[in-house]
Amino acid sequence: MRPVSSWGRLSALPHDVVELSDRSRIAAELAKRRPGIAYGMGRSYGDACLNPEGTLWRTAGLDRFIAFDEASGRLRCEAGATLREIQDVFLPRGWGLPVLPGTRFVTVGGAIANDVHGKNHHETGTFGDHVVSFTLQRTDGEQIASGPGERPDWFAATVGGLGLTGVIVEAELQLRRVPGPWLDTETIAYSGLDAFFQLSDESHPAWEHAVSWIDCTWGEAVRGLFLRARPAADQQRTWRGRELAMPLVPPLSLVNRLTLKPLNRLYWMLNQRQLGRRVEHYVPFLFPLDAIADWNRMYGPKGFYQYQCVVPRESGPAAVREMLTAIARSGEGSVLAVLKTFGERSPQGLLSFPMPGVTLALDFHNHPGLEALFERLDAIVAQAGGRLYPAKDARMPRALFEATYPRLGEFIKYRDPGISSAMSRRLMGS
Amino acid sequence: MRIVVIGATSGIAEQCCRLWVQREACDLLLVARDGAKAGRIAEDLRVRSPASTVEVVTLDFLDAAAIGRLAAEAALKPIDIVLIAHGMLPEQTRVQADLGLCRDTIEINAVSPALFAEAFAHHLAQAGRGTLALIGSVAGDRGRKANYSYGACKGFVERYAEGLEHRLASSGVRVVLIKPGPTDTPMAASYKARGVKLASVEEVARISVRGIDAGRPMFYAPPRWALIMLIVRNLPRFVFNRLNI
Ligand SMILES: Cc1cc2nc3c(=O)[nH]c(=O)nc-3n(C[C@H](O)[C@H](O)[C@H](O)COP(=O)(O)OP(=O)(O)OC[C@H]3O[C@@H](n4cnc5c(N)ncnc54)[C@H](O)[C@@H]3O)c2cc1C
Ligand SMILES: NC(=O)c1ccc[n+]([C@@H]2O[C@H](COP(=O)([O-])OP(=O)(O)OC[C@H]3O[C@@H](n4cnc5c(N)ncnc54)[C@H](OP(=O)(O)O)[C@@H]3O)[C@@H](O)[C@H]2O)c1
Repeated sequence: MRPVSSWGRLSALPHDVVELSDRSRIAAELAKRRPGIAYGMGRSYGDACLNPEGTLWRTAGLDRFIAFDEASGRLRCEAGATLREIQDVFLPRGWGLPVLPGTRFVTVGGAIANDVHGKNHHETGTFGDHVVSFTLQRTDGEQIASGPGERPDWFAATVGGLGLTGVIVEAELQLRRVPGPWLDTETIAYSGLDAFFQLSDESHPAWEHAVSWIDCTWGEAVRGLFLRARPAADQQRTWRGRELAMPLVPPLSLVNRLTLKPLNRLYWMLNQRQLGRRVEHYVPFLFPLDAIADWNRMYGPKGFYQYQCVVPRESGPAAVREMLTAIARSGEGSVLAVLKTFGERSPQGLLSFPMPGVTLALDFHNHPGLEALFERLDAIVAQAGGRLYPAKDARMPRALFEATYPRLGEFIKYRDPGISSAMSRRLMGS
Repeated sequence: MRIVVIGATSGIAEQCCRLWVQREACDLLLVARDGAKAGRIAEDLRVRSPASTVEVVTLDFLDAAAIGRLAAEAALKPIDIVLIAHGMLPEQTRVQADLGLCRDTIEINAVSPALFAEAFAHHLAQAGRGTLALIGSVAGDRGRKANYSYGACKGFVERYAEGLEHRLASSGVRVVLIKPGPTDTPMAASYKARGVKLASVEEVARISVRGIDAGRPMFYAPPRWALIMLIVRNLPRFVFNRLNI
């Protein structure tokens, strides 16, 4: 047993960690110590990848490529391969992943299990849209080969299935042609939510990627930075990434009531120099937080919550406005408040998170009294017909999950009885 | 580059191979006991570097005649690097209780690497070029109750490498001994479960590849172990014997 945390560092409870590295032995490993749950890079913020006092099947060692077809761009790889490794190996050969979340330290298995999205949802949908097939290992020994055209019901259950339908052993992904790593980017300062929605609308489809940082400590009169990007014409440049690290866990969260406003102001000010257009490497643009290893430590020993919701387009602006007002009123706030819109494409998974609309993500350092704010936000989200993202969640009430994921009933049939996580017990009762 | 990897399914060796094929197309010969497992690694390396050729050979790691034949065949084409990476680390208390296991441990960690090293040294010496790299361990620096059967073998490997280095000093052949500290591979799984801090296998491989390039006769990976082991080696007995390490 050793202590394991997820990205939010809210707990570090003992787990019996089994390292999977030989794909021919997975069936035997899973049978040995049930129930367990797969753990990729632990980049989920909450308890989707945790199973305290129980078994974790860690997939980091299951990271081999199996085959790549240079003509079609189809890649077969083991489920523990990271998106970073895939990008690093194939980008120089003119191929890349169509969907990349805000960190590249994510495994293929984790990306499928949360059906992750990037800043280009309008263009490429979610990760599951580019999965050609996968092999799912059930804990009873059965292996299921599935894809959109082969046992599609298993595909729909497993994409976004939170690791609960089996352990994905390998997957075949459709990469797409990319001209190179460089992006034409533009940073625009704006104030007011209307300006955000207007910028979003006019950015599609001309700009592939679009995302916005907002200073939520200003209440309803938000000010923000709108960032958008598209492949650059000139790809002949050199880039040297620098990586800093948060060397230790400070005794107190560096983000707290006192520092919240100054940090937001500082971020705003620092970015005033970056306004306008420039050519940027895709890594700092798509994964700004990856530049500081272990940045999550800055929230101190108690960790932090991320609250990410989506609300449908029609009710979106009003709901977001209401949430921001509620946050400002509560005196809470976030330095990393992110707003972006999702396109029309419906995701494939029964429990996939995205829906056409707008998504808001906020980080809160863990301290007493937060739950009252969360409950207020939950009510606004539910009222607006939206939902919360399980990949980021450590606390949503079961009733909210049941009410906002209407296909949960269909999903349950595909669960593997030998798999259970802290999240599945919290949200599904087992 | 033509590279022969003995114990190619080792976590450290696999990462070294990834680094090698990433920087240029290589001609790799993967030697392992488990052909299917080595085959999966070969597949991965071919995807990473379609211009490389990767071949898998299986054999009994204690069969002196087979090892001799393997080296002779491999040496038909000039070899740039031989990396001898295999090893096993059973729980020391189990080794104490089971003489069969004690013998296996010594055979696989000491006898077998010596046979491979001897076989390849002969051919490299004839060619007058190439680097022969062996993996020792910090465990070989001083006998400790926690792992002395394994550690003694690693000490033996170090003496052996030293002798080979001496013998080949005036030839074009370099002998390299890599001494990793606890590293995150299947071998150290039980350390990990106990919460011992492990170096990442990527880091250890990066240091190893660099050291092999430079032909450094001996180095620690990561390098901080040099200082730690200097202290451990020099602790007086009356202190050392009271430590629970
Ligand atoms: C800085 C940061 C930015 C992020 N930005 C985004 C973003 O923009 N968009 C977005 O969608 N997400 C984002 N995320 C969340 C992240 O993409 C997801 O949580 C992702 O699923 C993490 O993958 P992982 O490999 O770390 O998996 P883990 O977090 O370890 O596990 C996630 C889930 O996948 C399951 N799982 C893992 N491997 C397997 C397998 N082999 N078979 C079956 N199930 C498996 C686990 O059981 C668990 O339910 C971000 C996270 C961070 C830290
Ligand atoms: N990991 C550490 O903490 C650490 C520290 C210091 C030194 N080292 C040394 O580093 C080297 C590489 O180890 P690693 O960390 O990469 O460990 P690993 O991933 O566990 O690899 C061990 C390798 O040894 C092979 N092997 C074991 N018994 C064998 C046998 N009887 N016949 C043939 N091959 C056998 C294994 O083959 P299979 O795949 O078929 O099992 C595997 O290739 C070893 O020499 C080890 O002693 C490791």
